Amino acid sequence: MQFEARNLSCRRGDLRVLSGLSFTLGPGQALILRGPNGSGKTTLLRTLAGLARPETGEVIAPEDSIAYAGHADGLKGQLTVAENLTFWADVFGHAGIDNAMDTFDLRPLATRQAQNLSAGQKRRLGLARMLVTARAIWLMDEPTVSLDRANVKVFAGMIEAHLAAGGIAVLATHIDLGLPAAAEFDIAPYRARPDDTGNPFLDEAFA
Amino acid sequence: MIALLRRDLALALRSGGGFGLSLAFFLIVVMFVPFGVGPDSTTLALIAPGILWIGALLACLLSLDRIFQLDYEDGSLDLLATSPLPLEGIVVMKALAHWLTTGLPLTLAAPLLGFLLNLPDAAYLWVFLSLLVGTPALSCLGAFGAAITVGLKRGGLLLSLLVLPLYIPTLIFGAQSVVLVVRGLDNQTAFVILAAISLFTFALVPFAAARALKVNLK
Repeated sequence: MQFEARNLSCRRGDLRVLSGLSFTLGPGQALILRGPNGSGKTTLLRTLAGLARPETGEVIAPEDSIAYAGHADGLKGQLTVAENLTFWADVFGHAGIDNAMDTFDLRPLATRQAQNLSAGQKRRLGLARMLVTARAIWLMDEPTVSLDRANVKVFAGMIEAHLAAGGIAVLATHIDLGLPAAAEFDIAPYRARPDDTGNPFLDEAFA
Repeated sequence: MIALLRRDLALALRSGGGFGLSLAFFLIVVMFVPFGVGPDSTTLALIAPGILWIGALLACLLSLDRIFQLDYEDGSLDLLATSPLPLEGIVVMKALAHWLTTGLPLTLAAPLLGFLLNLPDAAYLWVFLSLLVGTPALSCLGAFGAAITVGLKRGGLLLSLLVLPLYIPTLIFGAQSVVLVVRGLDNQTAFVILAAISLFTFALVPFAAARALKVNLK
């Protein structure tokens, strides 16, 4: 299995954010996206996930192999922790939530409504969702936001186990997870020039 | 996909889900009409089918923006879009959940409220049947409007403006299926066209709404 981006250009609204970006990942490999705020990490991840169409180039991945986790956790406040996880397990056709509950120590919270969780607990639940998707390619946007130090370690362990099992991960994060198998990928060189909007009318207007 | 339907039903029934809102609105509209129009029972009987249909339609409109907006805001729509479920299937399940929590209760309540409007005896069955057949079209068309306006802040106004013209055929033939019976005429044509509208929207709308969602998720 291989995950490949070929000469990608991504666009957010009317603005071209990135252009000419390529990489190839094999089983057990991870990419840590680096770049200052607003450099296009989220746009890139959404394009890789298939939520946005690339302007040029292509994303090559086996069908139904990508799991995406964005800034928002996609939790329903009126459902309990266990119900939230069970829902996603059902959607992805995965059997159980036990492993996911144990990994992030969610058992004590199982019957609590998600709206009564702290920000860090919500994030743990959101990350546990990745385990019930049972998908090979994980795309995660700022996964460690609002996690405490102990849970960042748990998260790094989860990624390590995923890679050891032949998975692939692309993470946008600013902290050091200490993953030996992960390569850092600075997206700044691929930033589109400010005048490179791809819209000739706009160019003329600002000329 | 059944999981999605189950989740949406659970969310609608729990606190803050807005399950009773449409039903309460329908009740209020229909209860106010006799006060506004006056207690003359022949006038009421004449306008009862139209009032029941308009009331049901407006009550339905009230809850449309919840179909996709909440899932969009908390990020679940992104996650659903990257899940194995096809977007068309997501639209169908969302519309079905909307109908089960809005259209169906309205359909069941309408004959009871018809009593308040002095609805003629022969019309009770047809009020029930026409709403049963017609309200799925309202939910489907509403899901289409909701899919188009999903990314917009305060998209409710635009949603109503988009959907209202689409609702007119359903309203005309739905109300006519009852009005003709009240007048003692044959309503078969109107009812069959109403059923055709429902089936047509159900067959077509999921694809259109899925395209709209795809564009809006960018």
